[in-house]
Amino acid sequence: MSDALDKFKSETRAWLQENCPEEMRGPLRLDRDACWGGRKWTFKSDAQKVWLERMAAKGWTVPEWPKEYGGGGLSKDEAKILRSEMKKIKAYPPLSSFGIWMLGPALLKYGTEDQKLEHLPKIARGEIRWAQGYSEPNAGSDLASLATKCEDQGDHYLVTGQKVWTSYADEADWIFVLVRTDFSAKKHEGISFILVDMDQPGVTAKPIKLISGNSPFCETFFDAARAEKHNLVSDVNKGWSVAKYLLTHEREMISGFGGDVMRPMGDIAAQQIGLDDQGRLADSMLRSDVARMEIDGIAFMATMERIKDEAKAGQGVGANSSMLKYYGTELNKRRLELMMNSAGCDGLEWGAEGDVAAAWLRTKGNSIEGGTSEVQLNIISKRILDLPGA
Amino acid sequence: MAMVLNEEQEMLRDAARGFLADNAPVRQLRRLRDENNPDGFDRETWTAMAAMGWTGVLVPEDHDGVAMGYQAAGLIAEEMGRTLTASPYLSTAIMGATALSKFGSDSQKTEWLQRLATGDAFLAVAVDEGRKHAPSTVSTKAERSGNGFKLDGTKTFVADGSVADGLIVSARTEGAENDEDGITLFLVPRDADGVSAERKSMVDSRNSATIKLEGVELTADAVIGEVDGGHKPLEQILNAGRAGLAAEMSGSAQECLSQTVSYLQERKQFGQTIGSFQALQHRASHLYSEIELAKSIVMKSLQMLDIAPEMATLMVSAAKAKLGQVAQLSAQEAIQMHGGIGMTDEFDIGFFIKRIRVAEALYGDTNFHTERYAQIRGF
Ligand SMILES: Cc1cc2nc3c(=O)[nH]c(=O)nc-3n(C[C@H](O)[C@H](O)[C@H](O)COP(=O)(O)OP(=O)(O)OC[C@H]3O[C@@H](n4cnc5c(N)ncnc54)[C@H](O)[C@@H]3O)c2cc1C
Repeated sequence: MSDALDKFKSETRAWLQENCPEEMRGPLRLDRDACWGGRKWTFKSDAQKVWLERMAAKGWTVPEWPKEYGGGGLSKDEAKILRSEMKKIKAYPPLSSFGIWMLGPALLKYGTEDQKLEHLPKIARGEIRWAQGYSEPNAGSDLASLATKCEDQGDHYLVTGQKVWTSYADEADWIFVLVRTDFSAKKHEGISFILVDMDQPGVTAKPIKLISGNSPFCETFFDAARAEKHNLVSDVNKGWSVAKYLLTHEREMISGFGGDVMRPMGDIAAQQIGLDDQGRLADSMLRSDVARMEIDGIAFMATMERIKDEAKAGQGVGANSSMLKYYGTELNKRRLELMMNSAGCDGLEWGAEGDVAAAWLRTKGNSIEGGTSEVQLNIISKRILDLPGA
Repeated sequence: MAMVLNEEQEMLRDAARGFLADNAPVRQLRRLRDENNPDGFDRETWTAMAAMGWTGVLVPEDHDGVAMGYQAAGLIAEEMGRTLTASPYLSTAIMGATALSKFGSDSQKTEWLQRLATGDAFLAVAVDEGRKHAPSTVSTKAERSGNGFKLDGTKTFVADGSVADGLIVSARTEGAENDEDGITLFLVPRDADGVSAERKSMVDSRNSATIKLEGVELTADAVIGEVDGGHKPLEQILNAGRAGLAAEMSGSAQECLSQTVSYLQERKQFGQTIGSFQALQHRASHLYSEIELAKSIVMKSLQMLDIAPEMATLMVSAAKAKLGQVAQLSAQEAIQMHGGIGMTDEFDIGFFIKRIRVAEALYGDTNFHTERYAQIRGF
């Protein structure tokens, strides 16, 4: 490692030690401990607020974004160091957000300078919370058949239609929406990508409860909702490219759930089930399932690392985000099935905070959200294996 | 360590791929099998590989090797897996070179390493005694006799045992049959009195032998490493072989997928290419995903052998277990998606499923390594 990176590492370690509150360390339970930000957000503790403010002041909620957009301006190597130092002290992410994971990367690539300056810093500081308005009742896997319409009113647009499965729409401030701007063009060629302020009478979000009980997603209705002209990203009818690019980031984010586990399954099972006099997990069938799953987990983590390194070196296959999404989410479902096996009747309890049952049920959505497993396999078939008619 | 090849490694891989495709394709293995070749490999090809430095890939430079490390050694094995090239590369250039360069005495190094590098000598590792891999179960006895030892026992599933000039033999000098302590490694000349090798006809048409040791007298110079302390070095030697086999299986799995995808693109039924059937697309794409994971874990295990060989066991076992599973899946799926033609001897896929089955079993099958993984992880 170069001297400069070494110095960055020791400074980062010292800064984190001093600035990351004790309460903001430990295994993260996404639903309970995450900080999503936004105007409607109430901090769960002072520590959560302080941690966000301190990290945002350094631009470290989005370490690799340029400084002028609220980021930390770090190189890939520096960002890697920051991540590993945070992991060492088990620091919570200061901010979780669709703005960071999805909209940000899309704006950095397709946004105008004004759009970046207006929206990115607010994402970085956790001031505005974003929702994703893609799916519709009749446009799920076949997303490009979406029908929410967007009419040009001269100096602004009016958006009318219905979105569904919109995660956290009831808690969000703004929403990025896929709309149809040309009904006569081919389905992929009449779509635009537009940013809409949800704080207006024309936008309503109705929560739908999940089988896991929490993390509500919504039906989102647009009734002649106003959108400003300067908030259309890329060109009119060119939204599909933005949409697809954003999806690759969403898939990477979701596939991450498959790899990064705070506590390996074997350790959890050893504690819950106990070991026999030979030091083996007392349930021998579970033991082999856990070992196989952990081995796949290591191989999956190594693959995430390899694909990142290949991308850095300018090699690799773009559509591999679909492979990661497919494998990572299926792996995560396997992990939670084993977690339920291991937890026994304790795992079947319902209602307490941090329930494994709720987490188990929630993972069933991982292979649906962001494009289903079947859709990812279709993409691999078409874009990587070059199979006909896929 | 970055998970990408450096320039030198890329050149090596490309050169290996080109050479093997031209000089040692599956056709060669088929010919060796059909003519019932007593060596089980092609000596001319071996000489050419030696000239390119492959046989010295793990031999130190002061013994005329190129010392490129395990990642490079694995790349060559992976390419050999694509073409199913039969050769004593794994036993000699990977395991033999590991044994002597890491644990050999000065005189053993002088006697053997240069000849390994030039391709003029072959070594084989004789460790197992029963049906299943169990390196700590050793009943072959080495009794002290005068200044040296007298060996008695039988070793099974010795890859390249029938062509080797020297055998690396594990024998018990102390302790009970299943103890890790009390195992000693010996370098036994193949032509020593009392050594006999019976070549077995194996499903993959590659070399494997049963070795009999009957009152084999050896001097103390024949010991590799410490008397009674053979277990640790043996693990490192085996780990090198296991990672090499995992790399080989990775190459074979990739080849099975690639041939299958080509077939899906070309074969027509019901008036369309069969690759347009989603049932097959999804099976192929799942296999692709599994192979991507397999490639990554192979790379990790080889990198571990380069950086921290004493700590590589967890990763090597994970890799051998994963590749055993993925490579078998790829061969099985390849046959199924080829339909009837996949079952014919005339078609190459059969050679893949046979070799993969042997590679999966050699030095510990998927269950063995999954078990070992769980043990090391403490559950
Ligand atoms: C927890 C969760 C959160 C979500 N959050 C959001 C959000 O914030 N914003 C948003 O816009 N959307 C969100 N979604 C919606 C999600 O993107 C869609 O549910 C998904 O794309 C699938 O669409 P669908 O539900 O209409 O299912 P359908 O498309 O009707 O699929 C039904 C079944 O058919 C299969 N199928 C469909 N087409 C094919 C095909 N061509 N080949 C093979 N199989 C096929 C599918 O794989 C699936 O198994 C969320 C979903 C979940 C579960």
